[in-house]
Amino acid sequence: MSKNIYIYLLVMAVVTYAIRVIPLTVVRKRINNRFFQSFLYYVPYVTLAVMTFPAMMNATQNIYSGVAALIVGIIIAWLGGGLFPVAASCCLTVYVLELFIK
Amino acid sequence: MGNKNRRAYREGAPEMIKSKRVVFIEGIMAGIPIGLGYFAVSFSLGIAAKNAGMTAFQGFLMSLLGHASAGEYAAITIIASAGAYLEMALMTLIANARYMLMSFAMSQRMKPDINPIHRFLMGYFITDELFAATISRPGYLSPVFMYGAICVASPCWAVGTGVGVLAGQLLPASVVSALSVALYGMFLAVIIPAAKKDKIVAGLILFSFAASWAAGVLPGISSLSEGTRIYILTIVISAAAALCFPIKMDEEGKTP
Repeated sequence: MSKNIYIYLLVMAVVTYAIRVIPLTVVRKRINNRFFQSFLYYVPYVTLAVMTFPAMMNATQNIYSGVAALIVGIIIAWLGGGLFPVAASCCLTVYVLELFIK
Repeated sequence: MGNKNRRAYREGAPEMIKSKRVVFIEGIMAGIPIGLGYFAVSFSLGIAAKNAGMTAFQGFLMSLLGHASAGEYAAITIIASAGAYLEMALMTLIANARYMLMSFAMSQRMKPDINPIHRFLMGYFITDELFAATISRPGYLSPVFMYGAICVASPCWAVGTGVGVLAGQLLPASVVSALSVALYGMFLAVIIPAAKKDKIVAGLILFSFAASWAAGVLPGISSLSEGTRIYILTIVISAAAALCFPIKMDEEGKTP
């Protein structure tokens, strides 16, 4: 049986939308549980941190440019750069470094 | 923009005073850097989609329906290996499970009497960046702000994937390599300012880095897929942090 790409995409879309919309539509009350509120407060930072490291070091052609981009990104973000300046300086770091280190 | 609005805009006044138009424009302004980053990232997603045998339209459609980097990468792997449809459902569920946590978090910050249509619409567009931009504003979540950001970011994401399928092979490897860190740069731009403000968050991020690295090399857990590892680590570390360092709650029970 040959697989249809559009059915794959439909399955992906339905599951993804259900995940995103069910809590937001079903949960109408404030949950005043301190543990639950604390958990939700930490979730975005933990999940983004876990996704960033070590994946960022392995995303480029060599590990040195990936590490350099990580360090530059942290410094620019610490100094108050927004989404775009941080992302752009990371890209630029990789591009420039890989001109020298292959 | 009227005088009152301009003053409200400058002083970062609460949502009540700002007109919807001002908030919408703020959303668009927040959406521009997100959209540019999205274009770069979804471009590399398009390259992967092309390698899996997808057309530019299919890549565009996938991103319009998916709005998820890790989730779409997972979807592309399943398509490339002609996996079962059930496998696609499970993989998508795991790779995107963190959006369920974000959706929960947003449910706690919705204005109680808001038209339910906003819940269905805002839910559709929950991504790491749009979630972070929307929830980092004080008070109840503003649908209008989020829609402003979506107007810019979502088309960039979808079009970027399609263009990536068409043009990805034409770019030199050095450019593709440079663009591939854009996504992580945007993640850093969200977590590092929070770490600067909150020492516990800073420690938690360092711990998460270490745990994520360890999970990738330790026997057993390293054999799980990347999406599964992210999900497990997020739940375990956030729960432990919530137990050890519960946040202060004000009268409304609002998170800081």
